[in-house]
Amino acid sequence: MAKGNAPFDEMRNSDGGIRPAYDSYCDWLGQQDDDWLRRKHTEAEGQFRRTGITFNVYGEEKAEERLIPFDMVPRVIGAAEWRKLTRGIEQRVSALNAFMHDLYHRQEIIRAGRIPERLFRQNEAWLANMVGFTPPGGVYTHIVGIDLVRTADGFFVLEDNARTPSGVSYMLENRETMMALFPDLFMQVPVESVSNYPRRLAKSLAACAPPATSGKPLVAVLTPGIYNSAYYEHAFLADQMGAELVEGSDLRVVDGRVTMRTTRGYEPVDVLYRRVDDDFLDPLTFNPESRLGVPGIMDVYRSGGITIANAPGTGVCDDKAIYSFMPEIVEFYTGEKPLLPNVETWRCAEEDSLKYVLDNLGELVVKEVHGSGGYGMLIGPTSTKAQIEEFRKKIEANPEGYIAQPTLALSTCPIFSESGLAPRHVDLRPYVLVSPNGVDITPGGLTRVALEEGSLVVNSSQGGGTKDTWVLKE
Amino acid sequence: MLGRTAHGLFWMFRYLERAENTARLLDAGLRMSLTRDLVTAEEEWRSVIRTSGQHAGYEATHQTYTGVQAWNYLLRDKTNPMSVKDMLENVRTNARVARNAISGEVWEAVNEGWIQIEEALSRPVRQSNLGEVLGMVRRAGTLVHGAMGDSMLRDAGFHFARAGMFVERTDSTSRILDIKYYLLLPSLSYVGSSLDAGQWDTVLRSVSGDRAYRWLNAGTIDARGIVEFLVLDDRFPRSIAFCQSALRDELAALARLHKIEGQSNELMREADMRLSNQTIEDVFETGLHQFLVDTMSTNTSIANAIADDYRFHA
Repeated sequence: MAKGNAPFDEMRNSDGGIRPAYDSYCDWLGQQDDDWLRRKHTEAEGQFRRTGITFNVYGEEKAEERLIPFDMVPRVIGAAEWRKLTRGIEQRVSALNAFMHDLYHRQEIIRAGRIPERLFRQNEAWLANMVGFTPPGGVYTHIVGIDLVRTADGFFVLEDNARTPSGVSYMLENRETMMALFPDLFMQVPVESVSNYPRRLAKSLAACAPPATSGKPLVAVLTPGIYNSAYYEHAFLADQMGAELVEGSDLRVVDGRVTMRTTRGYEPVDVLYRRVDDDFLDPLTFNPESRLGVPGIMDVYRSGGITIANAPGTGVCDDKAIYSFMPEIVEFYTGEKPLLPNVETWRCAEEDSLKYVLDNLGELVVKEVHGSGGYGMLIGPTSTKAQIEEFRKKIEANPEGYIAQPTLALSTCPIFSESGLAPRHVDLRPYVLVSPNGVDITPGGLTRVALEEGSLVVNSSQGGGTKDTWVLKE
Repeated sequence: MLGRTAHGLFWMFRYLERAENTARLLDAGLRMSLTRDLVTAEEEWRSVIRTSGQHAGYEATHQTYTGVQAWNYLLRDKTNPMSVKDMLENVRTNARVARNAISGEVWEAVNEGWIQIEEALSRPVRQSNLGEVLGMVRRAGTLVHGAMGDSMLRDAGFHFARAGMFVERTDSTSRILDIKYYLLLPSLSYVGSSLDAGQWDTVLRSVSGDRAYRWLNAGTIDARGIVEFLVLDDRFPRSIAFCQSALRDELAALARLHKIEGQSNELMREADMRLSNQTIEDVFETGLHQFLVDTMSTNTSIANAIADDYRFHA
C-alpha cells in the first residue's frame, strides 16, 4: 500500500458515507438504544462463559482457560465482493494442493527453475516419508485457512494455513451468539448461513476415505487432549460432525488398520482429522517421545488403511519462504495469473533484499520463516531502537530464517466500545475444504480484531478478539 | 462409544454424587451442631469428617474439630484432594472429556454450576453463608440430573453415567451407616434414648431421608427401623437395596446394548442374591458392620469389573 494513506474503513467510505454492504446493518443500529446495546455487550460475555468456549494459554500456570473477547459489531462482506474473493481462494488452494503433490513426486516446479530447491531441503516440515505417496483422493490440504488482509489497494493474502488451521469454532459460535443476542437483526439483513460448515466438513472428509473403508466411512477427530489450547474446538467439531473425539491413547494399529478402543473392542477408523502436529503423529516415524500419536500409523497410511487430514508434510506450505513464491506457484500449476495478490515480501536469504531489509528495519515487519501465532516477529514502527538492534543481530546471524514485509495499514472495522463505535484493525480467515469433489468455501470466516487502539496484532494469544463475519446474500 | 469416554461419564457422575453427598453430610452436621452442646458438636464434626473418609488428611493439619474448620476442609481446603471444589472440578474435567457424549444442556448445567461454586469457594466459608454454598452444590446437582433426564440419548453413555452414580451412592450410604453405627450404637440397648433420636435424625438428614422416614414411620425414630429403611427399603432412592436394584438395571441395559454379559453382571447377580429375601434380623445376625463391609467390598469389585468389561483403560 502507499504510505501515508489512511487505512481502509470497512464500514465507511472516504466521505464518511456508509458503504453499501453495511447499509442495512447501520439502519438497524441507528434504531437501537445505547444502554440496551451496552447490556447486550455484557450478555455476550456471559454467554461465552456459560457455553465454555475457551482457549488455554500456553506457559501459564495450570493452563488457565480464557475467553477470546467477542465484539458484537459484525464484519460485513457484500455478495459480489465475496464472489470475487472465492475465485481467488479457490485458485490458490487448488494450486497449493497441486504443489504439494508435485513436491512429493516429480518436483517439476524445481526442475523448471521456478523455485529454488533449497526451499524445501531446509524446510523442517518437508517429510521424506511422503515421497512417492499419493494420499487417498489425491488430497493433501483437506482444510485450509487463508489469512487475508485488506488495505486501500484491496485484499491480499498474508498467510496460508495448510497444516491445521484453527478458529473455525469461533466462526460458528460467534454467529450463534449474534443470533441469540439480536434475532431481529437477522430478519432485517439477509446473511449467508455458516452453520452447515460441520456437515460440509464431515462430507468432505468422508469423500476422502481410504481404499480399506468398508461401508460408511468412520471419521474421528484426533486431539492432544483436554489441556490443549484448542480442545474446545476439537470437541465442538467432533460433536457437530457426529464424529468420535479420540486421543492417541485410544488408538492402536490392529491388523493393518488404525483402530479405536470402544466399549465393544477395537474398531477401525477410516478418516482421521488430526489436530496434532506431524511431529507427534507417529512415534515410530517421527518424535519417539510422542504420546499424542499412534505408533505405526504412517505404515497404515502408506498402505491405504487410513486417511490423515491434513496429510502429513503439508506444513511446507505454512512456511513463509514458500509463501513468498506463491505467485509463481499459482501460475505454474493453474496457468493463470494469481487472482489474489501476496503482500510484497523480501526474502532475507537474498543478498539485495537482506540489505534493503537491514536498512529499513524501522518501517518493516520482519517474521521468522517458521514462526506462527504472532510470535517471534518485529513490527518496526512500534518497536524501540534497542528491540530493532537486537532483531538486526538475529537476522544477520541467520538471514535465511527471515522474511520482511511492509507494515500494512490493515483495514479497520468499528468495535463496540464504552464511548460508542471505534475503528480497530481486522483481518479475515475464510475456511476452505478440499475433496475429490472440489473446493468448498463456507461463506463467512473468522474476523480477528486488534482490540487495542492502533494495534496491528490480531492474534488471540496477544490481545486480539473476534467478530461475526457476514457474507450478504445476493 | 470409546472406552475412555465411558470412563469419563462414569466418573463424572461418581464425583458429582460424592460432591452432593458431602454437601448433605455438612448440612446434617451444621444442623446437629446448632442444636447441641459444644462437646457433642465437636463429636459431630469428627464424625462428619470420618464419614467423608478424610480424617487422616484432616488430622494431619488440624488439632481440633470445629465446624468452621471441618466445613472449610471438606469444601475447599487445598490440601484436601477430595474437597467439594476439587470434586466439582473433576466433574467438569470429565464432562469435557466426554463432551460429545453428553448433551449441551448437561454440559451447560455442569459448567454454570462450576463457575458459580468455584467463585463462592474462592473465599473461606463462614457460618452465615454455609447454607447458601451447600444449597448451590445441591442445586447444581439437581440441574445436571434434570438436564440429563430430559436431554440425554438413552444409549450406553447414559447407562455408564447412572452406573457411576449408583456405585457411588451405595458406597456413601453404606459408609454413613457404618460410621454412625460404630460411633453411636455400640450395642442395640441404646435404642430409644433421646440422645439417639437426635443422632439418628442426623443420619437420616445426611441422606436426605428424614422426611421420607417420618412419613413412613409416623414419626417414631428407632435404630432398627432406620437401618431397615436405609438398607432394605427399595422405595427410598438412597437405600442400599434401591441403589443395587438401579445398578442392576443399568448393567443389564449395558449388557443388552453390547450383546454380551461380563464380569460386572456376574458380580451383580451375586450381590443381588445376598440381599434378596434378607430381613433386618438377618442383617443384624451377621452383624451390621460385617454386612456393610461386604456391601462396600462387592461394590468396589463391581466398579472394577465395569471398567474391565467396557475397556475404560488400554
